[in-house]
Amino acid sequence: MNNSSIVGISVPRKEGQDKVTGRAQYIDDIVLPGMWYGATVRSTIPRGRIKQITFGAEVAWDDYVIVSAKDIPGKNCIALIAEDQPCLAENCINHPEEPILLLAHADRHALAKAVNAISIEYDPSPAVLTLEESERCCDIIWGSDNTFKTYVIQKGDIDSAWAKAAYIVEGEYRTGAQEQLYIENNGMIAWFDPEHGITVWGSLQCPYYVHKALMTLCQLPAERVRVVQVETGGAFGGKEDYPSMIAGHAALLAIKTRKAVKIIYDRLEDMAATSKRHPSRTRHRTAVSKDGKILGGTIDFTIDGGAYTTLSPVVLSRGAIHAGGPYYWPSVRITAKALATNAPPHGAFRGFGAPQSLFAMERHMDRIAQIIGASPIVVRQRNFLKPGQTTITEQAVREPIDLEKLLDRALELSSYQSRKESFAEENESGEIKKGIGVAAFLHGAGFTGSGERYLGSVVGVEACADGAVRVLVSSTEFGQGTKTALSQVAAETLGLGYEDVDVAPADTMEVPNSGPTVASRTVMVVGSLVCSAALGIRHALRQSGWLGDSYSPEEFRAACRNYVAAHGALRSWSRYEAPPDIFWDDEKHRGEAYAAFAWAVYIASVRVDLTTYTVSVDDFVALQEVGRVLHPVLAAGQITGGVAQGIGLSLYEKVIWQNGRMQNSQMTNYIMPTSLDVPPIRVFFEELGNVHGAFGAKGIGELPIDGPAPAIANAVADALGAPCDCVPLLAEDIFDILTTRVATADRSGSPSR
Amino acid sequence: MRSNPRDYQLVAPGTLHAVLSLLAEAPGKWLPIAGGTDLMVLYGAGKLAARNLVSIWSLPELRGIEVLPDQVRIGAGCTYAELREHPVIAREFPLLARAASWTGGTANQNRGTIGGNIVNASPAADSLPALLVYEAELILVSVRGERRVPYLGFHTGYKTTQLAGDELLRAVCLARQFSECLHHTRKVGARSAQAIAKVAIAALGGVAGGRVQEVRIALASVAPVPLRLFETERAVKGKSIDKCLLAAARRATVSEIRPIDDIRSTARYRSAVSSNLVEEFLRRLSAGAPI
Repeated sequence: MNNSSIVGISVPRKEGQDKVTGRAQYIDDIVLPGMWYGATVRSTIPRGRIKQITFGAEVAWDDYVIVSAKDIPGKNCIALIAEDQPCLAENCINHPEEPILLLAHADRHALAKAVNAISIEYDPSPAVLTLEESERCCDIIWGSDNTFKTYVIQKGDIDSAWAKAAYIVEGEYRTGAQEQLYIENNGMIAWFDPEHGITVWGSLQCPYYVHKALMTLCQLPAERVRVVQVETGGAFGGKEDYPSMIAGHAALLAIKTRKAVKIIYDRLEDMAATSKRHPSRTRHRTAVSKDGKILGGTIDFTIDGGAYTTLSPVVLSRGAIHAGGPYYWPSVRITAKALATNAPPHGAFRGFGAPQSLFAMERHMDRIAQIIGASPIVVRQRNFLKPGQTTITEQAVREPIDLEKLLDRALELSSYQSRKESFAEENESGEIKKGIGVAAFLHGAGFTGSGERYLGSVVGVEACADGAVRVLVSSTEFGQGTKTALSQVAAETLGLGYEDVDVAPADTMEVPNSGPTVASRTVMVVGSLVCSAALGIRHALRQSGWLGDSYSPEEFRAACRNYVAAHGALRSWSRYEAPPDIFWDDEKHRGEAYAAFAWAVYIASVRVDLTTYTVSVDDFVALQEVGRVLHPVLAAGQITGGVAQGIGLSLYEKVIWQNGRMQNSQMTNYIMPTSLDVPPIRVFFEELGNVHGAFGAKGIGELPIDGPAPAIANAVADALGAPCDCVPLLAEDIFDILTTRVATADRSGSPSR
Repeated sequence: MRSNPRDYQLVAPGTLHAVLSLLAEAPGKWLPIAGGTDLMVLYGAGKLAARNLVSIWSLPELRGIEVLPDQVRIGAGCTYAELREHPVIAREFPLLARAASWTGGTANQNRGTIGGNIVNASPAADSLPALLVYEAELILVSVRGERRVPYLGFHTGYKTTQLAGDELLRAVCLARQFSECLHHTRKVGARSAQAIAKVAIAALGGVAGGRVQEVRIALASVAPVPLRLFETERAVKGKSIDKCLLAAARRATVSEIRPIDDIRSTARYRSAVSSNLVEEFLRRLSAGAPI
C-alpha cells in the first residue's frame, strides 16, 4: 500500500457527473422496443372479501392484458421473512391499496381510465386500525393474537430495583408513520422469454431480495431470474422490500403479454400504497435512585406493522435493542411487540425502529430529570455507558468511548448553558418561547446479532483486461455514496488511484450476493470484504509473477492486463466470517448485538410562536463518533440531509389515516420541510476507529434520523414547560397540548406537572 | 399523469376577441386556462372534469399593470412574479405584493396569475384577503361588453363566482387611497414556503386620537369563501384599543368565521389562530408599528 490516502478525501462521486448532466438513466428514462405499460388495481377497503369484479363497458378490454392471482405461475406471495403477503389478493383484503389486478396496455395514457372502470364489490369486515384495537384482539386479523413477533430482553434483577428506588418514573411516548419521500418514485421494467426466464430492471436497494421473491413467485430457478438495479433516485429503506412487489407485478404482466412491461408509480400511488416508517408506542417505567441513577425498569415497545409481516420482526428487534439508549441499566425488561393492523404494511426506513425507541428513551430522560429535580444534562451524565460496562443485551462496551466528553463538546458547541439562561429570561414575556433540548444516543452498525453470519455475504474484486479493477457487489448506489466509498476502499487497499477502480453494475448475473444495502453495513461490512477480496487480486498477481513486491499504479494496471491476457479473467472472492469471540443468542436477544456502535449527541434550539403555535428550529448541533470518516463531504451530507429528514419527522410530516388509508398522499398536503424550515445544521465528527470496519469505519447514515426528534421535542417541552411526548408536533398538536393542559389544570385545581 | 391527453382539447386563439367569441358560441363549454398552476394539478391527478380548454396565457389584452392617478388597473393575466416586483404595488398595496410572494415557488409565480387566483375561488387563495381589504373592483368582459363588479360578493359560495359562462375576468382595479394606513398581513401555513394557508390575515387600519378610525380585516381558509370580518371591524371601529376591546374583537372574530376540520388543519386551531391574528394586528395598530 502506498501513501496515496484516498480514504478520508472527498473524491468526486463516481456517478456524480452523469447525474448532474442528466445522462444518468433512471428507470422511467428506459424504453425497450415494443414495451407495454402496467398499472395496478387496488383495494379501497381495509378488510373484507371480494364479492364481484365488474369491468366497465366504456373500455375496450380486448386491447388490455389483465392479470389476476390465477395467473401466478409459482406461489402467490412476496417471499421475504414470512410468506404471508400475497402478490395479488385473491379473495381476502387485508388493507387499503392492496393489489388485486394488474393491467397492461401499449399506451401508458390508456391505463388510468381502465383502472377507474373496474369496480369491485366487497363484503367488508370490521377493520383493526390502531395498536390498541389490535392488542384488544376483538377481531383477529393475523395469526392467533394479531402479533407478528414478540421479543423479551431481560437483564438483571428488576424486582430489587423497584425496592431500592427513590422515584419510579413512568411515561408513554409515540411516533407516527413517515414516508421516505425519495425523489424518484418506484418503478420497474420486466421482460420474459421462456429460454432466459425473467429479467427485471428497476429502482431498488436489494437486488437479491427481489431475486428471491421472483424465484418463488414465478417458480423459476436462480439462473433464470435476473435483477438489475438501474440508477436509483433515493431510497431511505423505502426501496428495500416493496420493489419485490412491483417487480413481481411487472414480471407477471411480462409473462402474460410476452412483452417488456414497465410499471411506474406516480407520487399519489407511491405514497398511498408503499411502506412507511412503523408508528410506535413506548411505555417506560423506571426505578431511579435519589441522585438520578437508573436502577432498572421496564420498557414496552410496540410497533404497528400493518397488515403483513414484511420486515417488522427485524425492525422490532433493532428498536428493542436501542430502547435503553446509551445508558447503563443494571436491570431491565424490554417487551417488544410488532402488531398487525389493517393498514398497508409498514417497512424499512432509515433507522429501522431505533428512531422510535430512542425518541422514547430521550424524552423519558428529560422526564426523569424533571421529576427528580435535576438538569437533563446531569441525569444523562450519571447514567452514560462506560467502557467495560454492558448494554441491555449484556454486550460489553469495548470501545474507548467517553460519552461525558462527547456531551461536553456538544454543550459547548451549542452554547447550551448561556442559551438556557437567556431563554429563561426572554420567555418571561412575549409570544415567542424559546427552548433547547438534548438527545444522546447510539446506533449499532451492520445487521443485528447473527444477521451477518446468516447472510454470509460474498464480495468479488476483478482485474479487468484494460488494467482497471472492478468491485463486484450487490450493494447498490442510491445517492448515499456506495460506489464512491467502495472504490475508495479498494483503491486505498491496493495503492491505486481512485480512477483505477470502479464498481460493477448491480446485476445478479454479474455480481455475488453481498447482502442488502441497508443498516450502514455497506462500508463497514461489505467494505471490509472489499479489502480482503482486493488483497486476493494482488496476491494472485504476485503469485503469477506479473507484479513485484512494490509497484506503481501503472505497474499494477500492467500486471492486470498481462494476467488477463495470459490466463483469462481474474476474480477474487471474499466471504463474511464472524469474528470468533462474538456471541449472540437469537432466542433471548442476548450478547453481541452489533459489531460496533456509533455514538452521538444532538442539540436543538427552537422557538415556539404562541400566536400560531408553530415551532421553528433555530440551531442544530450534530456531534457524532463514527469510527472513521471515509469521505468528509458525503458524510457531512448524510448527516445534514438526515437531520432535515428528522426535522420532518419531528415537526412536519404527519400521515393522515382514514380507515387505514393515507388521505394526504400528495406533496402539497404531506408536508416535508423546505430549505426555509431547516436551520443551519452544524455537523461535527469524532473518530475513534473500529477494528471491524473498512479503514475503521462504522455506520453513519442512521444517526441523523435518530437524534432530531427527541432533541427537538425536548427543546419544545423546555420552551413551553409542557410535555411533548408524541411526534410529529404540528402546530395543531402544540395548540392541543397547551389547551389540554390548561383544561386539566382547571379541573384538578393544580398544575398538571 | 392520471389523465389521457387524447381526452382533452386545447385551443389558443391568440386574441381576446377570438377567445370571447369562442366562449359566446357555447357558454360553459370552454374552460379558460392561463398559467395552469391550478388546472394542471387536477389534470395530473386525473380530476380535471373540463375537457375543452381555451388558452388565455399571454393574451396582450390581459397583461400589464396600469398606474392611473386614482387607481391601479392590474390585468387579469398578470403573474405573481410581476405583481411582487411592481414598485407601485409594493409601495401602495403591500398586502398584495406579499401575498404574491407567498404563492407556490418561483416556477408557480412565473405562471400563476391574479385572475386565475380570483376565478379559481379557493377560500385559501393567498391574494384574495388583500383584495377584500383593498375593496378591489373587477372588470368582467364578454362579447356583450364590459361590466364592473365589486370583488366583495364575487364569490357566491365554495368555488363558485358571479362569472357568466361567456365571460372572462379582464382586470382588477384598486383605488389608490391607502397610503396613510397600516397594512398588516400574515400567512399561517404548514411550512415557511410552498404551503397552502391554514389561516391567513390581511388587514389595514388607522388610529387617530387614540381611536380606531379606519379598519378592514379579511381572513383566508376560515369559511367557504375568503372572508371580510365586518362584525369584528364594527366591534373595534371608533374605539380605543385596550384589553377589553381585544377580547371583544376576538369574540367577534370567532363568531363570524366558519372554520372546518379538513386535511390541512382543525376548526379549533383555525378559530384560535384567527383570533390571535386579529389581536396581533390590533396590537400593532395600537402601537403604530410600520409594516
